[in-house]
Amino acid sequence: MPTILKNVSKEYAQGKKVLDNVSAEIKTGEFFVIVGPSGCGKSTLLRMIAGLTEISDGTIKIEDRVVNDLPPKDRNLTMVFQSYALFPFLSVWDNVAFGLKARQNDAAKIKERVDNALKMVNLEEFSDRKPRELSGGQRQRVALARAVASDAKICLMDEPLSNLDAQLRIKMHQEIYALQRKLGLTLIYVTHDQVEAMTMADHIMVLNDSKIQQVGTPTEIYNHPANEFVASFFGVPPINLMNAKKVSENIALVNKDFEVELAQTIEEENFRIGIRPNQLQVNKADELHANATIKAVEFLGDEKIVHTEMNHGGVISVIVASEAVFDPFESIEITCDDSSKALLFDLDGNNITETQGVAYNA
Amino acid sequence: MQNIDEKAVLKRLMTYVVLIALALVILAPFFIGIWTSFLPTMSIAKGDLFNTNLSLDNYIAALTKTPILRYLANSLVISTITMIAQLIFCSMSAYAFVFLKFKYRKLFFALFLVTMMLPFEAQIIPNFQTIKSLGLLDNYAALIVPFLTSAFGTFMLRQSFKQTPKELKEAADIEGLNHFQFYSRIVLPYNKISLITLGAYSFLGAWNQYLWPMLTTFSNNSRIIQNGLKQLQSEETFNDWGMIQASAAIIVIPTIIVLFIGQHYFKSGMNEGAVK
Repeated sequence: MPTILKNVSKEYAQGKKVLDNVSAEIKTGEFFVIVGPSGCGKSTLLRMIAGLTEISDGTIKIEDRVVNDLPPKDRNLTMVFQSYALFPFLSVWDNVAFGLKARQNDAAKIKERVDNALKMVNLEEFSDRKPRELSGGQRQRVALARAVASDAKICLMDEPLSNLDAQLRIKMHQEIYALQRKLGLTLIYVTHDQVEAMTMADHIMVLNDSKIQQVGTPTEIYNHPANEFVASFFGVPPINLMNAKKVSENIALVNKDFEVELAQTIEEENFRIGIRPNQLQVNKADELHANATIKAVEFLGDEKIVHTEMNHGGVISVIVASEAVFDPFESIEITCDDSSKALLFDLDGNNITETQGVAYNA
Repeated sequence: MQNIDEKAVLKRLMTYVVLIALALVILAPFFIGIWTSFLPTMSIAKGDLFNTNLSLDNYIAALTKTPILRYLANSLVISTITMIAQLIFCSMSAYAFVFLKFKYRKLFFALFLVTMMLPFEAQIIPNFQTIKSLGLLDNYAALIVPFLTSAFGTFMLRQSFKQTPKELKEAADIEGLNHFQFYSRIVLPYNKISLITLGAYSFLGAWNQYLWPMLTTFSNNSRIIQNGLKQLQSEETFNDWGMIQASAAIIVIPTIIVLFIGQHYFKSGMNEGAVK
């Protein structure tokens, strides 16, 4: 029994749409991530599913029930807030038990569920502490335990890890993912972090400008982005997007700087091409053959990122081996030897790459 | 180096001298009052304050020869009921002003505030007429009913309730708490410090009343302690100053206790850890 969003819209002031015609199906038991830059309406969408914000238009169905007018408590879901929303005057144990007590479960059942939930997030020995006596990561785990203890099968998370430091965040990724699998929760997770989305999601919904850009698995979204926005949102460093011109049937001139032989026939005269930084090669070249100049080199340990400025304008990043020696202001030649993964977009940004039988959702 | 140190020491010394001088000016009347409460009235009358003939006689006289215990009990009952009533009614109306959405909410709140601008003295005549026609004169009710709620208390708690993180309300909505549960289980404990402050404030306010009880109570059955103290002075043909001083010392005790309990809770950081 999936959760279905159909043509959901939200309008605060007349004509100012925060969300426009959003439709999606979230399957039971899947890890569904809503991702997008700040202000794209992703938190609003989550709050509309939770029932904390009213829906202007469309329907939301949870387990075959239209829930548009149901109060949050009748939607049978839990929510983990970005700011945790713990009750400071209650102990960890009571915080976790709070919702169960409010729903009037019997004491033995509450105890069992709370103890189990605390065990699952490794907070058993902290059950008597107050939230102010815990670290940020521990507080976050209390909030998780609260969601785990509830018998609701749908769990909503609104950027739950954005207050944690990078290392703890990676650890919590794994813990949340493991918990979701173990409990078979339907998890709807909002984040602005594309790495979080890629690492955890079964399906990703990409939002931008109040509209859905694409819904798909992480692989689909990375390899077959629907448009330039999606292509540039995923991947570090971001994909290089350049103007290209048709030279012959399957050869394109990229940014007037280098030619690429494509695996498909080119229809358009002018188009845009997207090549990931790891699909480009850099070679030192004399002034005559050089088509770019190095601006900066970033050392990442097992690889280096070379940021270059093309002769005809535009900035391109290339990933090279960490042993390679490049210095700023060197003249170089950028080439693309293997263009099989290059992405083609029309001038409006839509993906026009031929997909050789692989389907993707536009 | 040496020079700077000397300067700092001198500066600190000056600070303490000024502080001690000010403390003496402020505390001297209290100490003189307490000191004289242990002296025989004859010595006080003669102005012989440095007598060492100290005793508890004045206290025993105050407690046995005057109705001071009755006054104390009256005050205690009235102050406690006023405090509890104000805590209940002010917190409920403050909750409504913060968490309930109704038409003209701002207008109603402005009306609330307007009553704060009106001094109590200006309301005395209509209040007296009301109490009189209700037949409540010389009764506990006369001292309690007009003070069951206060605009100031509502205002203060509203400001405090507004600081409650909205995520707590949302979490409560998702758990399915109704308004009364949210009010009693989350808002009240979260704002404990403000409630204690208001409690101490309203208790002391009721305890220290003078003008209103003087107008509405005439017998020892309902007279409260502040008016009782005045009564001790005029009831006796010869003013037993030592005993009056002892009574004054006795009635300050509850005030100090309330402040002490309050002080214990006025610690910051009690709500840390709720959000972020």
